[in-house]
Amino acid sequence: MKRPAKPAAAPAPRPPVTGRSAIVPPQTIAGRALVLVIAIMTFLAGLTIVGVSVVEDAARAWRSDIGREVTIEVRPMDGTTPAAEVQKAVALAQEFPGVSGARALSDTETQRLLEPWLGAGVDLGSLPVPRLIVVSLDDPAAFDVKALAAAVAKDVRGGSVDDHALWIDRLAAMANSTVFAGLGILMLMLIAMVLSVVFATNAAMAGNRDVIEVLHFCGAEDRFIAGEFQRHFLMLGMKGGAIGGGLDFVAIAVLSYLMHGAAGRPGADQYEALFGVFSIGWTAYGWLVALVVAVAVLTATTSRFAVRRSLAAIT
Amino acid sequence: MLSDLTFRIAPHSFQFLTGPSGAGKTTLLRLLFLALKPTRGRVTLFGSDTATIKAADMPALRRRIGVVFQEFRLLDHLTTYENVALPCRVLGQSESQYKADVVDLLDWVGLGDRKFVYPPVLSGGEKQRAAIARALITKPEFLLADEPTGNVDPTLARRLLRLFYELNRLGTAVVIATHDIGLMEQVDARRMVLTDGRLEIYE
Repeated sequence: MKRPAKPAAAPAPRPPVTGRSAIVPPQTIAGRALVLVIAIMTFLAGLTIVGVSVVEDAARAWRSDIGREVTIEVRPMDGTTPAAEVQKAVALAQEFPGVSGARALSDTETQRLLEPWLGAGVDLGSLPVPRLIVVSLDDPAAFDVKALAAAVAKDVRGGSVDDHALWIDRLAAMANSTVFAGLGILMLMLIAMVLSVVFATNAAMAGNRDVIEVLHFCGAEDRFIAGEFQRHFLMLGMKGGAIGGGLDFVAIAVLSYLMHGAAGRPGADQYEALFGVFSIGWTAYGWLVALVVAVAVLTATTSRFAVRRSLAAIT
Repeated sequence: MLSDLTFRIAPHSFQFLTGPSGAGKTTLLRLLFLALKPTRGRVTLFGSDTATIKAADMPALRRRIGVVFQEFRLLDHLTTYENVALPCRVLGQSESQYKADVVDLLDWVGLGDRKFVYPPVLSGGEKQRAAIARALITKPEFLLADEPTGNVDPTLARRLLRLFYELNRLGTAVVIATHDIGLMEQVDARRMVLTDGRLEIYE
């Protein structure tokens, strides 16, 4: 109120600041509990989004790393010199479009690869160990793996091409199922939140029966009453969503700090191998903000729907 | 509770509804402001039968009716000013549209210095006046008041009666339920007397 209040004879419960207080009394709504529920749900949903985004980014990185390489395997055959066949294969691969280089693994590298199975100091000459050639691609789109496979099969005795398709498929399946599980969890959390808002709205309606009746006798339309409740629940939703979303940002910061600080400690390599350097893309931040907005809107529309339904029941 | 009543409230008319306590005055008023539906018989308001009226049409009808409840029914979390302004807010008016009217009316009913006080600290008479102001603020076509002077002294009762009378002169049909004989004697108006659920009308 701009108009100065005249001194009242009896003390008012609180000094009036506006001539338009909320028609639905805020304290009759189980506000704090609902804000807490919404905050927790938003926090968990946000973590799910972050998790899904990390897995998806990591999977994309794996795929592009692996997709930028193919391997030519040359098995020693009777009547051939593996070294000559390897040379042939390297020369052949280098001719292909999209290939930036082809390099045969040296004996030392091959020994190191086999070390976990065969132990140190293996004599490669005495074993029929296939030789590997790493073909790096600078333009995977221009590269035709089938043509290379055909050429290798034709010209290199004992040669075959592995484009890692099997691995990529497995990784894709794993990443996709993680993403789907994440989305499923997200949906369940949002449904649980909607249900708690419905309960809270119904409780608020029951607690404000007299207010609703007076509004009805003043000629209020259901739309008006629902709007009053909705405004209130929108505030609660925004508050809960902001708290949950804020906690998500804090959790991301803490996780990044821990992962960063873990470098060099045991286990850090494993984390990094799995998830890459822990980092959240801007899209994930965008999704988090969208989640907070969606939570507020969802809370408000749910309460509106619940109010209109119970108003219809009253009249 | 009520049986075999037939009457008509003419536009711009002024009448008292009286009778001993428990005679059914409040029930009759509740039928008139759409809080009750008759188990038998017909109540027609502004030309629409209340039995067949659609829920969506109720608000428009109720906006033409002002009600003063015996138990006031003020909202405790709103100030006197906000309580009186409530029907204007329901109509979608902005504060600048109704502020002057609300302040004038509060001054008229003697609540000018109680604008920003909450109902729990108002006296019975003050609550009553606030409830009356809330019913009058939108200048309804039809005003129903249940014992509107029950909690005020005779001087203020006369003042409030004059307020109802002024409103009637501006075109509102007024029904005042009361058993205050002194009040009724001040105005030469139609009297509807309810006894044991039956109605007699003295024009």
